[in-house]
Amino acid sequence: MAAENREEGILNHKETLAAPPTTVDKTFDKCFRTLTLVFTWATVLLLAFIVFRIGGQALPALKEHGLSLLFSSDWDANNNRFGFWPQIWGTLYSSFLALVLGGFFGITIAIFLTQDFLPHKLEVILKNIVELLAAIPSVVYGLWGIYVLIPILQPVADKLHSSFGWFPLFSTSFSGFGMFSAALVLSIMILPTIAAISQDALRAVPYKTKEAAFGMGATRWEAILRVILPTASGGISGALVLGLGRALGETMALAMLVGNSATVSLSIFSPATTLAALLALNFPEADLNQTGVLMYAACTLLLITLVVNMLGTLIISATSMKGDER
Amino acid sequence: MNETKNDLLQLPNLERQPFEPRALKSILLSSITVICAILACVPLFSVLVMLIYRGGSRINFELFTDLPPIAFQPVGGGISNAIIGTLFMVGIAALITVPFGVLAAIYLAELGPHSKIAAVARFSAKTMSGLPSIIAGVFAYAIMVITMGGYSAWAGGVALAILMLPTILLTAEETIKMVPKRMKEAAFGMGCTPSQSMTKVILPVALPGIITGVVLAVARAAGETAPLLFTAIFSEYALEPNDPTASLAVLIYNYSNSTSENQLELAWAASLVLVVLVFILNMVSRWIGSRTRN
Amino acid sequence: MNTLLQDDVILDCRAEKIFYSDFLAVRDSHVPIRKNQITGFIGPSGCGKSTVLRSINRMNDLIRGFKFFGTVQFHSMDIYDKKVDPVAVRRNIGMVFQQPNPFAMSIYENVAFGLRLNRFKGNMDEQVEKALRDGALWDEVKDKLKKSGLSLSGGQQQRLCIARAIATGPQVLLMDEPCSALDPIATRQIEELMLKLKERFTVCIVTHNMQQAQRVADQTAFFSVDISMGGRTGYLVEMAATKELFSNPQEQLTKEYLHGEFS
Repeated sequence: MAAENREEGILNHKETLAAPPTTVDKTFDKCFRTLTLVFTWATVLLLAFIVFRIGGQALPALKEHGLSLLFSSDWDANNNRFGFWPQIWGTLYSSFLALVLGGFFGITIAIFLTQDFLPHKLEVILKNIVELLAAIPSVVYGLWGIYVLIPILQPVADKLHSSFGWFPLFSTSFSGFGMFSAALVLSIMILPTIAAISQDALRAVPYKTKEAAFGMGATRWEAILRVILPTASGGISGALVLGLGRALGETMALAMLVGNSATVSLSIFSPATTLAALLALNFPEADLNQTGVLMYAACTLLLITLVVNMLGTLIISATSMKGDER
Repeated sequence: MNETKNDLLQLPNLERQPFEPRALKSILLSSITVICAILACVPLFSVLVMLIYRGGSRINFELFTDLPPIAFQPVGGGISNAIIGTLFMVGIAALITVPFGVLAAIYLAELGPHSKIAAVARFSAKTMSGLPSIIAGVFAYAIMVITMGGYSAWAGGVALAILMLPTILLTAEETIKMVPKRMKEAAFGMGCTPSQSMTKVILPVALPGIITGVVLAVARAAGETAPLLFTAIFSEYALEPNDPTASLAVLIYNYSNSTSENQLELAWAASLVLVVLVFILNMVSRWIGSRTRN
Repeated sequence: MNTLLQDDVILDCRAEKIFYSDFLAVRDSHVPIRKNQITGFIGPSGCGKSTVLRSINRMNDLIRGFKFFGTVQFHSMDIYDKKVDPVAVRRNIGMVFQQPNPFAMSIYENVAFGLRLNRFKGNMDEQVEKALRDGALWDEVKDKLKKSGLSLSGGQQQRLCIARAIATGPQVLLMDEPCSALDPIATRQIEELMLKLKERFTVCIVTHNMQQAQRVADQTAFFSVDISMGGRTGYLVEMAATKELFSNPQEQLTKEYLHGEFS
């Protein structure tokens, strides 16, 4: 300590207990700060690595088959003919259906929780229940879906099919595993996400806006539908887009319920398949050739989810920067 | 002049009119909303009830100590290796991601919040949080299984780490940012180096929030199946980190379609154990969160 | 730079230009701080008094875009010299802030913080007690040293912050409006404390309260705002012994301020 004292001598008066930072202090500081920068870089490199690794392995397949894989429905491994249009369709359609249902319920619940419908204690309980819905693992939803939901849905589906079979959405018969069950479970899974973000958006509506609506003599619902929802529409759009992103990324519940049949149909009772299910089922036994194609499929899935998630994040940050005054 | 007098005497009708169309519409919409709220709660209770009903009967000591039944053994067997496997792989993932995420979060929140690399890292973390879990599995397969020459618990741990990192990093960043600026000022005023201010003053205050993030990430990782499907796969034997490893999630998946009643029962029991575990972790994180607010 | 300082000047602050990015916050302010005296900075809001104060212990380094042109001579060394470690500077010059900011630790640990930081190897309990006594807080907390520093009242917290700052015996103690968040009684206690502290320390205090400066400061520096160049730039108008400044101000601006014509 004496050496360091002399170094900074002038700054050390003999009556003071103050001492300049020791070499240990300074070295630790440098190392610590460098380490934080290292891991910051590592985060970026990790994402880049993921994208490049998967993309890289997909490249040979891309070169060989071009974009045809995106539109073809053949899957004949032995003859080197692949196509995952049914999977793309299944991914998009299931997510869309889930979004419609999950979005409706999610936004409704968000309204219910933020517009003073319930006493505070009940609000907290409902909020917790909705949040716990999100905590249940995907695979458990799959199990529940198989043994609880499908038996319940079967009679409903049969009735709809027999009475309204002419309607494209009900045009095929339901064997239990299909779009209907999968999309329903998926909507339950994304409901909490949509509800949570929509709640934030609704709470961010400035009090003076609500005051203005009520001051004009609007009923509660007129205020909600004509003033509050439109004001929060930006954030709610973000919620929907992020909910869609979550739906697109879901794997297990879908793989267990969707039927895994490479069919493309508008009927919600038809079995179908998704990109994630394709990977889940085929990857373990894939040979080198197939692996490239599967990586190609993974890339497609990655791209779709990345774009949707980025869009959702952008919408939310753009809309939360505006009207946030109180 | 008479008209004005009459106008003034004509009071607006201020009485409640419950059957007026606007009021009826309001009641209708409110009813729909309440029904929706109730419907949304149904799945949760349905799942819990089913788990207890179908899996509860299997909860006994053997469940936690025995290995899974061999082939289609009609009775007996437990999920001990699955529980240990899940804990082990989640543990590895946590060991990797907690230092990684917290250190990066320190840079993002304190040391270089406005730098370009921080912005890019933040964006990367947000993007990765939306990554489909199966992609994490595919990636972990590409780097771990191929290099190590086989499936292992390590590969499973890495796959889970990719899923946990964004949550831990972003939560830690938020928490550190929320430490009152005046504490940081006080630390600097006393002559702390930036890292001393961080380790002696800021991190201790931010710790509960960071732990909350970790617990939530752990809860999510414990329930993940897809990333483990081709990294750790499954095993019917006790834990061998360098070999395929069992996990609760994959066990449930594998046995969900089984024709063996025994295995199906185990799937339900394992689901119950898993959901209880996840719920407890969620409660813990909430409890920590509410303690810090005091 | 080895300027000979006047005998009793322990710190000579010559701020020629202080910028926050492109904004010129302070110009041409020479403030000599005299040993074992209380120097007060007064002036209307936005006149740069806090900026100058914080420049003395290089606290402004934390602000992006901060640039200091000038010198701060401390024992014949320029604090802004490239070779000087600002961390070492802050260990020798303590600071107390407007909002009391004890750490989220026990009272004992708050006071011991600086001692541990400077790797004090002696009797910690003794030093902590000494600092708390010097900070006029010992009697009130001696039975609850393990309680959190944040559990104290505002005035007590501020005295804790003072005790924390003086525990390591810094030569200069900077105080940035230390009483503005406190009630009159707590304010009075801290003012009395300051008068005792100057026996061992040199104190420099920024205050928006003229009467406070009259009560405690030996020397007073009056700052004002210069709007002639388009922006609001602070500068030192006049500095003198407090009695002199208040009874016989030389500058017109000083006269106006002291008579309450602007704030």
